[in-house]
Amino acid sequence: MTATIGTAMIRKEDPPLLTGENKFVDDIHAPGELWMGMVRSTSAHAKITSIDTSAAEQMPGVHSVYTGAQLDEMNLWLAPLPCAWPVTDDMVNPPHYPVAIDEVHHVGEIVAVVLATSRYLAADAIEHVVVDYDYLPAVTSVAQARDSGVLAHSELDANKAYHWPLVPDPDALDAAFENAAHTITADFVQQRLIPAAMEPRGVLAVPSPMGGDVTLYSATQVPHILKVMIAATTGIPEQKLRIIAPAVGGGFGAKLNVNPDEILAVTLAQKIGLPVRWTESRTEAAGSTHHGRGQLQHVELAADSDGKLLGVRVHVDADMGAYMMLLTPGVPLLGSFLYSGVYDVPAFGFTCDGYFTNLTPTDAYRGAGRPEASYAIERAMDILATEVGIGPDEIRRRNYIAGGEFFENFDAASTLTFDSGHYGPTLDRAMEIAKYDELRTEQQRRRDSGEGKQLGIGLCTYVEICGLAPSRALGGLNYGAGGWEHAVVRMLPTGKVEVVSGSTPHGQGHETSWSQIIASKMGISTDDVTVLHSDTALSPLGLDTYGSRSLSVGGVAIAMAADKVIDKAKLIAAHQFEASPDDLEFADGSFSVKGTPTKSVHIQELGFAAFTAHDLPDGMEPNLQEQVTFDPPNFAFPFGTHVAVVEIDEVTGGVELIDYIAVDDCGNQVNPLIVEGQVHGGIVQGVAQALFEIALYDDDGNPTNPSLMDYLVPSAAEVPSMQLDYTVTPSTSNPLGVKGVGEAGTIGSAAAVMNAVVDALSPYGVTDMEMPATPKRVWHAIQGGGS
Amino acid sequence: MIPAAFDYNVAESAEHAIQLLGEYGDESKLLAGGHSLIPMMRFRLATPTVLIDVGRLDDLRYIRSENGHIAIGAMTRHEQLENSDVLADSCPLLRHVASIVGDPAVRHRGTLGGTMAHSDPASDLPAAVLALGGTIVAQGPGGTREIAATDFFKGYFESVLAADEMITEVRVPANTGGWNYQKFNRRAQDWAIVGVAVADGGKGISLVNMGSTPIRASAAEAALAGGASAADAAQAAAEGTTPPVDHNADVEYRTHLAKALTARALSEAGVG
Repeated sequence: MTATIGTAMIRKEDPPLLTGENKFVDDIHAPGELWMGMVRSTSAHAKITSIDTSAAEQMPGVHSVYTGAQLDEMNLWLAPLPCAWPVTDDMVNPPHYPVAIDEVHHVGEIVAVVLATSRYLAADAIEHVVVDYDYLPAVTSVAQARDSGVLAHSELDANKAYHWPLVPDPDALDAAFENAAHTITADFVQQRLIPAAMEPRGVLAVPSPMGGDVTLYSATQVPHILKVMIAATTGIPEQKLRIIAPAVGGGFGAKLNVNPDEILAVTLAQKIGLPVRWTESRTEAAGSTHHGRGQLQHVELAADSDGKLLGVRVHVDADMGAYMMLLTPGVPLLGSFLYSGVYDVPAFGFTCDGYFTNLTPTDAYRGAGRPEASYAIERAMDILATEVGIGPDEIRRRNYIAGGEFFENFDAASTLTFDSGHYGPTLDRAMEIAKYDELRTEQQRRRDSGEGKQLGIGLCTYVEICGLAPSRALGGLNYGAGGWEHAVVRMLPTGKVEVVSGSTPHGQGHETSWSQIIASKMGISTDDVTVLHSDTALSPLGLDTYGSRSLSVGGVAIAMAADKVIDKAKLIAAHQFEASPDDLEFADGSFSVKGTPTKSVHIQELGFAAFTAHDLPDGMEPNLQEQVTFDPPNFAFPFGTHVAVVEIDEVTGGVELIDYIAVDDCGNQVNPLIVEGQVHGGIVQGVAQALFEIALYDDDGNPTNPSLMDYLVPSAAEVPSMQLDYTVTPSTSNPLGVKGVGEAGTIGSAAAVMNAVVDALSPYGVTDMEMPATPKRVWHAIQGGGS
Repeated sequence: MIPAAFDYNVAESAEHAIQLLGEYGDESKLLAGGHSLIPMMRFRLATPTVLIDVGRLDDLRYIRSENGHIAIGAMTRHEQLENSDVLADSCPLLRHVASIVGDPAVRHRGTLGGTMAHSDPASDLPAAVLALGGTIVAQGPGGTREIAATDFFKGYFESVLAADEMITEVRVPANTGGWNYQKFNRRAQDWAIVGVAVADGGKGISLVNMGSTPIRASAAEAALAGGASAADAAQAAAEGTTPPVDHNADVEYRTHLAKALTARALSEAGVG
């Protein structure tokens, strides 16, 4: 196939995925394997007074049963589960072991592990493990963690884990508010969300009892990070560990962690010399795999009489859940820089307090801090527009960085430098596609006619930070790793190309995109390119896939490695032509001597010469293989404007999303089809937060909707056919000019939808509504019963 | 989720199924389409030790017009109802309701007899049969009996069927009088938060998810029969109900929905 950068090529990954040829963890088996069955806490907070495993040990097929105390004595690990982002030096981080030892801190925490010969027998046996608890009061919300005296961890003297400030100029910020003609304050709730990837998480650890090696198959986004962390946590020598992420069915951040089951599978498999496996059920996932969001946001805006922003002041109380997992404390920080949004804000301040609760730990979930930030500023801008008395489009135009015109390298008051932007055209185009003026006319007609189906129109211009990240910038935030990405490009003797990707796909289509980059660079067919990934033995160096970083870091490394291969091949071609390399030109895959087009050789023909090494330039190493580790100089800042149109039935309170327009700018696009898919999925995930999803608990901290029957993940039937368009503003942070688009839809859509919902309900006096805007909530709000 | 252990028997005929029910007693359950029972077993909310699979009884899959009513074999799948010409001509309400149960996968497995026996107050088809004034034919060791739909539902997931009885047929009157079904939910494949079925120009009105069983909106029916306007009758729709409280609705909201959706259903059904 002759696809290059910019071609909307159908994904290479799809035929083996659609036909079931690809194997997910649950499809892979090892002889002698044992299933783990997790006995999980049924209490949000309690002392474990006793665990009786004797009956379970007598159950058919049961190999062994381990309590946390027993595992602790077995010395299977050196350290608790890791938190790689201690955001402050004095952050409180109570130890989090794979299995609770004496006190449980959330429903779903593991208290004992059964090993049995089948999944069914393990499930039967866990019902016969008897755990006695001495119940303690539970902290079931971040507000309670902050305001009540109830402790989430009885060994701690407070629930607050950290205080993190980003207030570059406090005096300027105070002055901005003192001098403002308009100030508004708003409080928003970012409800907890349960990431629900199509494939649940699962593990299979296969030991080599004689050699001491262990291979872990895990449904993970981060095999490389996992390898380092398992070595550091368990003491297993890192070179003895091999992590394989086979086909992985989505992650959305929930597979970006180091989980108890991963540590248990590896250490128990090593201990007993048999393979150990586990696949989570949906209900297990709802209580044990980390949640997303979970923040209370307090936002203050100061503006002059024209609505021009003077200052933004934000405080966030963030729900850590019961423990700090890999990135838990840092998630709100990822959003911190974006509370000024796409606006030229002279004064800025952000503070965050992290609190422990007796709920499932939170961590990264599609957007990770940035959807929360975008929601807060974009909802607040609508409130400011009402305060100033201008339209939501006008308040945005008056405040865009560079007046909505093109800019590069803008130093924001939140201390980051935005690579490039051009916000005005995304708003213009989105309003044009939406037929914004006609919508407003129709909205007014309906309001006047009293026909009971209100129209709401919501805008959101978002910006996000992706391309994580300059390693130095991450170091400045106390993040425990770098942000580079590694790539190898090798031309095989027959002229085919193998690419080794450090960035690890779990549905993003890396094989296709990387093939297009190689095809573009080398002038060869994408069919001649194979991408190796997701196995630390094949791809030993990498920092994996999250934060919309794959293309803008990993893809760029691929392109740079391809350039190095071309440079070396050029030397061989020049040698063959007995010409100076400077006299050669490279086009459509062929080197030729300038002015002598008959002297030409295709790059794929040079693979064999490099392999035989019979006649290479003096001193040149054989083979055509180059590697690059790319550490970007800056983040990338994609942006766009979304318009949501909702219809609200005032009789039922039902909210229907009837149109959605998104004009996104992710810089140069490698594969517009993949971009479209990412935008579609991302938008729906934000719509889900706005209208459908929330993790609910009772007053004792028991989850009350931990299944896909009650936790409402929307389907295609709940969303309209979206209207998408793009502008292209290349990034200055990398040579491909690419930004990132994996999270953009989610970052833009929740605010757009909720702005539309509040707009539709404004005739009833509604000025805000908590997410999700359920029919019950909407109906009560219309009745005047509050939101 | 993993169900508890159970034995599995395939029934060769209705008689065989009834014999097996007699043998295994209370610990056994009939398995038809399995789209309600199996999820409950996977959550271990139901732990039958014996399953008797009646889902292969193809002779209980039929839709026949007989003497003013339509006889439907208990193992007839929702998808067959949805695409039935007989129902299109003679009972469009049932056909329509079948078409919006769950999603296509559910409709290709679920059976009318199974959903009646399951007696879920939130299910669509039982309410439609109830509004139509249907009849359930149950077979037991002593032969068959006919049970009016109005007498069939006993409590939450509970019918008047004896432990050794199975539904073999469901009969609904041939009726093309003004009909409508209002199903209010948040996602296309979900159960109704509240549903309202109107049959026969408002002579039959039933409510979904407004109590422990599918129920007739008797007060609304009586008001209409007594000459009240549809709008006024709808105001009586929730009388005598005990609406459940869940994540989707409180009592006040459900009560409101029952009235509002009844008004809509009557209006759509052409009842003045």
